[in-house]
Amino acid sequence: MGMGVKVRVWGDYALFSRPEMKVERCSYDVITPSAARGILEAIYWHPGMKWCIDRIYVKKPVKFTSVRRNEVKSKVSASKVLEAYNGGKKPLYLSSKEEIVQRASLLLSDVEYIIEAHFEMTEKANETDNPGKFKAIIMRRLTRGQCYHMPYLGCREFPANFELCKEEEIHTAYDDVEEKDFGFMLYDIDYSDEENLSPMFFRAIMKRGVIDVQNCEVVR
Amino acid sequence: MSEIIKNRYEFVVLFDVENGNPNGDPDAGNMPRIDPESGLGLVTDVCLKRKIRNYVETVKEDAKGYKIYIKEDVPLNRSDRTACENIGIKETDDKKVTEALKKLKKSDPDVDLKLRDYMCENYYDIRTFGAVMTTFVKASLNCGQVRGPVQLGFARSIDPVISQEVTITRVAITTEKDAENKSTEMGRKSIVPYALYRAEGFISANLARKTTGFTEEDLELLWDAIINMFENDHSAARGKMAVRELIVFKHSKELGDCPAYKLFDAVEVTRKEDVEYPRRYQDYIVEVHDDKIPESVEVKRMI
Repeated sequence: MGMGVKVRVWGDYALFSRPEMKVERCSYDVITPSAARGILEAIYWHPGMKWCIDRIYVKKPVKFTSVRRNEVKSKVSASKVLEAYNGGKKPLYLSSKEEIVQRASLLLSDVEYIIEAHFEMTEKANETDNPGKFKAIIMRRLTRGQCYHMPYLGCREFPANFELCKEEEIHTAYDDVEEKDFGFMLYDIDYSDEENLSPMFFRAIMKRGVIDVQNCEVVR
Repeated sequence: MSEIIKNRYEFVVLFDVENGNPNGDPDAGNMPRIDPESGLGLVTDVCLKRKIRNYVETVKEDAKGYKIYIKEDVPLNRSDRTACENIGIKETDDKKVTEALKKLKKSDPDVDLKLRDYMCENYYDIRTFGAVMTTFVKASLNCGQVRGPVQLGFARSIDPVISQEVTITRVAITTEKDAENKSTEMGRKSIVPYALYRAEGFISANLARKTTGFTEEDLELLWDAIINMFENDHSAARGKMAVRELIVFKHSKELGDCPAYKLFDAVEVTRKEDVEYPRRYQDYIVEVHDDKIPESVEVKRMI
């Protein structure tokens, strides 16, 4: 097809939350396919295409560090907003003294990945859209460092630097490790049924530093 | 209202602390945060956002369009208002609100979007940093998440910091029982003798245009807030903190002209050669290497 692309992403910290531990957030050992897709979509996305992640290369050893922060525990309440919208007199705000909670996050530090992905056209593409056009836009953005918004490694406070990967032969931090099993990881969220978003999981097995997610078995 | 921003921005903030604790670590008995591997000091993104919110709140005093959603202290007039409500001047029955909502939801599928726009229009912090909102219509509004255009990373110090424990005494005793046995109480505070921190941030013009409507005027206020974020934040714990540099990179396009890391790499902060223990800002040299920055990117040193 030739519509594949390899992107090198790196950053000081990353946090790919495990869904089972998201109150006190704990990161997966490596980037999830859904986070990788999010990074690519931050660079370029269009309703006429969808990103599919093929491989993830782990370029740096997995290292953890932890940070505990003061966070607020509630969200903006829609009913209160509506009240204010309709001219209610109640002040609308959230007091961080009352809504405070301290939460630890287990972060990854000093990460670098190469994301190998391709895109497929969807039925929302216009007549003028074609893979060549999308590919040209993507390559232009990657070489110029342009993006829709700054991509991030799991959470927005951990920005992801990115560039087009030019390496022909990719070396990883785990070239000597035959196989490492990271267990079940989130593959992505299935958005096809808007009323009922469902997570999909896969068995992440890293072989010599590479996690191949093409044709992987997805468990719901 | 002024216009919505049309350019992508990146910015570098350098701030220093003298004999203070810029950001306590709740995991380490409120000692200054330190990256355990490198020994560099850390200040979290949320800590800086708090200062920006506080500054805007102080300057704008809840003026229309500049309200702050996440407040640190409850405003004084709140108790008056609750008092009035208790007498029954303004009826705010939760049930009625919910009922009204249900009706609205049926007739108006865009209610979530309308409320989001209302919040963005009225609240500076939501327009800037985004917020997570609960939604009425299931799975709409991207699960209630509003991403703001301004994104901040963790700030890190240029050199490893040492945190010094200072033991202090006070003569006032809290409980009477203690007062019988001793005449002073001991306390502790942790300080960083000196450290220069560097924070990096990003502003996406696309998110401003498509979601929150962050304007040029808001941007000016943001720069003001960053420059003055410590000026109204003095306290016993903080010591002397000040923003020393705000270097802004303005791209010529909405999508930007070059990768962000290239711009950040162009800002070099080094310790002067003969300085062994940095104790003041003058012990550092800040250089912006213009040759590494594309000509289309406008560099502004705001201080």
